[in-house]
Amino acid sequence: MPIVATENLCKVYQLGMLELPALRSVDLQIEAGEYLAIMGPSGSGKSTLLNLLGCLDRPTSGRYMLGDQDVSKMDDDALSLIRGARIGFVFQSYNLIAQLNVIENIEIPMFYQGLSEGRSYRRAGELAEMVGLGGRLGHRPSELSGGQQQRVAIARALANDPLIILADEPTGNLDSQSGLEILNIMDQMCHQGKTIIVVTHEDSVAERAERIIHLLDGRIERVESKRR
Amino acid sequence: MLVFRVKRLIRLGAKSLWMHRLRSILTSLGIIFGVCSVIAMLAIGEGASREAQEQIARLGSRNIIVKTVKPAEEQSASGEEANRSTIYGLTYDDAERFRGTIPDVEVVVPVRRITQQVWYRNRKVAVEVIGTIPWYPEISPIELNQGRFLSSIDLHYKRGICVVDESVINELFVVDEPIGKHIKVKDNYYRVVGVVSVVEPIETEPGLTLSQPAPRTGGGGVIGNIYIPLTTFKSTFGELSAQFSGGRESIEKVELQEIIVKVNSMQSVLSTRDILDSLLDRFHEKKDYQIVVPLELLRQAARTKRIFSIVLGSIAAISLLVGGIGIMNIMLATVTERTREIGIRRALGARRRDIVVQFLSETVMLTLTGGLVGIVLGSLIPYLVTRFVDMPTVVTGISLVLSFGISALIGITFGIYPAYRAANMDPIESLRHE
Repeated sequence: MPIVATENLCKVYQLGMLELPALRSVDLQIEAGEYLAIMGPSGSGKSTLLNLLGCLDRPTSGRYMLGDQDVSKMDDDALSLIRGARIGFVFQSYNLIAQLNVIENIEIPMFYQGLSEGRSYRRAGELAEMVGLGGRLGHRPSELSGGQQQRVAIARALANDPLIILADEPTGNLDSQSGLEILNIMDQMCHQGKTIIVVTHEDSVAERAERIIHLLDGRIERVESKRR
Repeated sequence: MLVFRVKRLIRLGAKSLWMHRLRSILTSLGIIFGVCSVIAMLAIGEGASREAQEQIARLGSRNIIVKTVKPAEEQSASGEEANRSTIYGLTYDDAERFRGTIPDVEVVVPVRRITQQVWYRNRKVAVEVIGTIPWYPEISPIELNQGRFLSSIDLHYKRGICVVDESVINELFVVDEPIGKHIKVKDNYYRVVGVVSVVEPIETEPGLTLSQPAPRTGGGGVIGNIYIPLTTFKSTFGELSAQFSGGRESIEKVELQEIIVKVNSMQSVLSTRDILDSLLDRFHEKKDYQIVVPLELLRQAARTKRIFSIVLGSIAAISLLVGGIGIMNIMLATVTERTREIGIRRALGARRRDIVVQFLSETVMLTLTGGLVGIVLGSLIPYLVTRFVDMPTVVTGISLVLSFGISALIGITFGIYPAYRAANMDPIESLRHE
């Protein structure tokens, strides 16, 4: 059974009288443990698809099954819980909270899931260790390099052991060396069985995926599959 | 789990407030000054009114004080007669009539008073000499310290004895035991038979023009009272007094300066006042008396205090409102500034209500801290006022509780809107916010 299944997924933005279709009938199935890349020129609907898959937005029509749950009709509170529990986000601009240190940033998703302080602290420490930041737990984001910040973001994305990890241009703000490190960590996560969906412009990022979805004008233009 | 969540949210709020210390302090200043002014104003108001009420209460809430006043037409009459004599005021007959005809009377005390120098050996002080009867202590808050008060026998034999205020004793007698000693007033000697003190120390308020049957300080250097039998007073000082004004001499004859009537219950004070008024009206051609009812004054003081409290309360409420609006303003700015943080938190699983609680707890913390600081300052100001301006102040527990409660309420009221604005932001938009 696929971990992500969309059926006829449509999103139309309403701009006054104007209707702007961003996604037109997207059918997509992603298996557990898959490494998937979504590519396409700007305006092709990448971000819209990512927002829908990330439960940040609801489709205008169609169905979205995440695991065994139909999330397309859920209310705001339920979506928030799903986001926290089942989805890990990695953003292009890291999106760490500036006032909080490394460990506190990693703890945020666990906090909203109601994990006890002791447990979330331990887990955050382990994750930081895993991404190689064990020695910088007390540092603020501003005291870290871009690559380190993105590693914190990855650790945070893994905090609640989510079903899927959504990465939006994860290397877009990084130099090639740091970008490589991040991609290696993501590979490693995939090997450990995580499902990863990455949205990117860059072929070098996309070629690590097992399957590349090319979007154009809100539709899946073609699918590139390769066995690694 | 809820408690744990709230606890952590509060810690989170405290942390973010701490990060913007200056802003937090400036924001809560409005509340600090608001609460501070509520407490300080109420304390000063309460102090003033309590003092006034104590003074009036000392006049006796069951007393009715009838005083001799110079009739108005006599005062304005600048007739051709260069010398004229006037007879006016309360009489012994009035006192007798009060005693005989008014149903609820407990005691009627006629009083005459004159300011004189009193000597003991080579020391002298100015006192008020009060001629009265043995029941005077019943209508006045004085207490016998040594010896005895005046007796009927003193009155009957017009004895040259006196009872002296402790304040006068302290001035006149340095080492000697006062009882049995003779002090000199005008040309006569009086043997001291008793020493009295006022139950509570009195400070005369300049605004209060009631003559008090208790000793007072100030007023022409008078430091206290000495009490002599009314009969002795009459034979010593007579009833005539000469007044010089505008080069003319006028002679006045006044029998009694005051008659103090004490009734047996507070309920009958006002009805008795009316009876006294009609009785006096029948026997006095001119309006040469005035009736003072301390109970009425007391009620008036309570009314005044209520108005005072309402006015002060409104001013304070406005300042708290302004403080609250200031906080809301800053919180709205904070929400805008932290839009991205809100987006991140929403993406990571925060529900709307989590965001509400986060921002609301920050506002409430700001106002409660402001409230606490305000309470401390607000309690300090009355203390300083009492210390340096010598005005009585009373910080009441209720004003502390009230202002703290109000500041909490303001925190919640003015925090809700910014918190809801924060919670209702679209997570996608917020994440895009720079």
